[in-house]
Amino acid sequence: MDFDLSEEQRLLKDSVDGLLNDSYDFEQRKKYGAEKAGWSKAIWGKLAEQGLLGLPFAEADGGFGAGAVETMIVMQAFGRALVLEPYLPTVVIAGGFLRHGGSAAQKATHIPGIIDGSKTFAFAQLEKNSRYDLNDVATTARKKGDGWVIDGEKFVVLNGEAADTLVVTARTKGGQTERDGIGVFLVPRDAKGVTVKGYPTQDGMRAADITFTGVEVGADAALGDPAGGLPLIERVVDEARTALCAEAVGAMDESLKITVEYIKTRKQFGVPIGSFQALQHRAADMFVFTEQARSMAMLATMASDFNDAKERAASVAAAKVQVGKSLKFVGQQSIQLHGGIGMTMEASIGHYFKRLSIIESSFGDTDYHLRRASEAGGII
Amino acid sequence: MDLSLTPEEQAFREEVRAFFRDNVPAGIKKKLSENRHTTKEDMVEWTRILHKKGWAVPHWPKEYGGTDWTAVQQYIFNEEMQATPAPPPLPFGVNMVGPVIYTFANEAQKKHYLPRIANLTDWWCQGFSEPGSGSDLASLKTKAERKGDKYIVNGQKTWTTLAQHADWIFCLVRTDPAAKKQQGISFLLIDMKSKGITVRPIVTIDGGREVNEVFFDDVEVPAENLVGEENKGWDYAKFLLGNERTNIARVGMSKERLRRLRELAGSTQAGGRPIIEDPKFREKLAAVEVELKALELTQMRVVANEGKNGKGKPDPASSVLKIKGSEIQQTLTELMLEVAGPFASPYDIHGDDNTNETMDWIAQIAPTYFNYRKVSIYGGSNEIQRNIISKAVLGL
Ligand SMILES: Cc1cc2nc3c(=O)[nH]c(=O)nc-3n(C[C@H](O)[C@H](O)[C@H](O)COP(=O)(O)OP(=O)(O)OC[C@H]3O[C@@H](n4cnc5c(N)ncnc54)[C@H](O)[C@@H]3O)c2cc1C
Ligand SMILES: Cc1cc2nc3c(=O)[nH]c(=O)nc-3n(C[C@H](O)[C@H](O)[C@H](O)COP(=O)(O)OP(=O)(O)OC[C@H]3O[C@@H](n4cnc5c(N)ncnc54)[C@H](O)[C@@H]3O)c2cc1C
Repeated sequence: MDFDLSEEQRLLKDSVDGLLNDSYDFEQRKKYGAEKAGWSKAIWGKLAEQGLLGLPFAEADGGFGAGAVETMIVMQAFGRALVLEPYLPTVVIAGGFLRHGGSAAQKATHIPGIIDGSKTFAFAQLEKNSRYDLNDVATTARKKGDGWVIDGEKFVVLNGEAADTLVVTARTKGGQTERDGIGVFLVPRDAKGVTVKGYPTQDGMRAADITFTGVEVGADAALGDPAGGLPLIERVVDEARTALCAEAVGAMDESLKITVEYIKTRKQFGVPIGSFQALQHRAADMFVFTEQARSMAMLATMASDFNDAKERAASVAAAKVQVGKSLKFVGQQSIQLHGGIGMTMEASIGHYFKRLSIIESSFGDTDYHLRRASEAGGII
Repeated sequence: MDLSLTPEEQAFREEVRAFFRDNVPAGIKKKLSENRHTTKEDMVEWTRILHKKGWAVPHWPKEYGGTDWTAVQQYIFNEEMQATPAPPPLPFGVNMVGPVIYTFANEAQKKHYLPRIANLTDWWCQGFSEPGSGSDLASLKTKAERKGDKYIVNGQKTWTTLAQHADWIFCLVRTDPAAKKQQGISFLLIDMKSKGITVRPIVTIDGGREVNEVFFDDVEVPAENLVGEENKGWDYAKFLLGNERTNIARVGMSKERLRRLRELAGSTQAGGRPIIEDPKFREKLAAVEVELKALELTQMRVVANEGKNGKGKPDPASSVLKIKGSEIQQTLTELMLEVAGPFASPYDIHGDDNTNETMDWIAQIAPTYFNYRKVSIYGGSNEIQRNIISKAVLGL
């Protein structure tokens, strides 16, 4: 067993941390969030310059051939700084679809734009009734000539307004929840019939509700088997969940650090409030929860290499359960230990709490994954 | 021992329930059930309706516009009001400064202020907390120096709820810097229109504006605005903090939230069926119900004891009400968030104006979850309440 980072991985960590230390403090983040896209083009450019946008792609495709651990390192750092840029939808999710399911032509068309930072993506998956079930797809893709016609509605699509290309799940045949008959389509956001309604999210990002009305795309829009895309979707979404677990661990690390610093300096009754044992124990529990989450985020990360899809899914589900429980405790107690200050928009701690809360319900909440883990027959 | 209400109490319950059902303006009721903020106008409108009925300040002595209801009747009244839901009266006047005034102030003050509180002519806010004085309230620094027939007030209050609407603020101020901390404090009533007062909003994590900083820069306050004796303010403050005991558990409000939660869980689908049909979710609901029932009975016991301890003498067991009441309120917001699931994420840019049709009921769910972290912080934090139990009750 080896939980240590390799020399190269440590260098990667240092370089991401360095970049964020220099250009992503709380005040700078506010400015980035106020930009039209909800994130900073300049920062995105820097991520490209440092090679972070090309990490997981094969060298043959212009990338660095890095693995899941590298993504974990990046996402943890992003969690610590509450990074707003669309790394998850672009590199992790769209990148994942292209890597695992894209044709040579699709890779050649899309990957260079991701790596050089010129293009971003969004994942249009959630529907009104689908909630967390990936097999629940009402949006349709009908064959027309060589190409496809897409109709349907997708909700809370992260980066939906700014993305150049939307990765859309749509049904090519079968009933609404049948596992069979789901495809993945690459749709230009400015295609005719795509209506995007953007809004800010609770955690300071931007998302959109997107309507597809008779949207015509070519044959090359279909990514992988247009009737058998669910296993691919499940795999990529598991990678997204894994990335979110890592991000949450980063955000918990930082929440704990900020809180401990605060209770060391805030004085009441003539002493730092951190001298009260009640608060010491609470902070100690926050530490316990964070470490348990870190371990499970590592498990999910390693699971991406498991050959057995069932075991991989169970591990990721288990990680999301632990992370969900941990982030709730850590998020809530960070506010509690801050007292009134924790309730303000001006203090950074509340923003960590909000991001953590939204991560909990992204791609399945704690109970959803508890059910998955239990249905998989346990993980021990 | 008899846990049921008497027939008279039952009849009383029916009477107030019918009144609330028929008299809360529909718009206000809708806002409350969707967790939207009521406006100042809403509060004035509703207080005037209560006032007309003679129920704006039922817990006050009859001579100042109150009723002679028993503690149980008061309890029933509050609970029915919350459960309707109807807006709870603005606490700062009705529950906080009002009782201080009729208990400790002079006749002229009683005559002037009390009727204006009862019908919400004056909107009051509470100026206790300061940046350096929260849980350790007695360390407060805002000072008032006596100059002739005036006090000159300098300093800062913070977390002042709804100060932006306020006509008056009641403040704890330091009048004797030399005395031991609790002993040099006075209770002063200050007109918010006084020269030298600046109100600055603090935006809370849900994006709302409910609290403020209030700055005092050489503010002149007539000496006649002092309540009771100089340097006795801490006694009045303790009386005030201990007074709000029967409301703090908010059992009625949690019942209303629970009802709403069932409704939403019944109309939201997960895995092809309404969430309410998920056995796991039902168990979670049942678990909150058990806690809430226990709290209700504990509250009844505290209420029943109140008569014996003498009015205004808080039962240390009421810390149980604060701890459990706040935790249940928070759990309910968590379950709401769970029901909203991935749809909780959009931020309602239209705020409270009710125009955002796509997000309708869901818009306030995450903000309310965030915002309700406050209930375990204010009014004596849950840690302070546990300190009280361990010291005052358990003798540790
Ligand atoms: C939304 C909101 C509205 C408010 N409205 C008003 C208002 O209208 N008027 C007003 O005067 N005030 C108001 N307050 C202030 C409120 O009463 C204080 O926030 C509260 O007293 C806690 O003080 P603090 O925020 O300074 O936190 P601190 O006292 O600094 O506490 C920070 C943390 O330390 C803990 N702690 C402190 N002392 C101890 C101890 N001895 N043992 C163990 N733990 C301890 C606390 O429990 C908390 O977890 C409001 C606060 C909020 C959040
Ligand atoms: C707006 C507002 C509303 C409030 N509402 C309430 C309320 O409704 N009920 C309520 O009880 N309080 C409330 N508080 C807090 C209340 O002001 C404090 O409980 C009060 O300051 C205690 O008074 P004290 O300083 O005389 O007590 P202290 O004897 O100084 O103790 C205060 C608390 O801190 C603990 N404490 C003090 N020193 C230590 C230490 N060294 N280690 C561990 N614990 C310590 C004590 O156990 C006690 O619980 C409120 C505060 C504000 C600002």
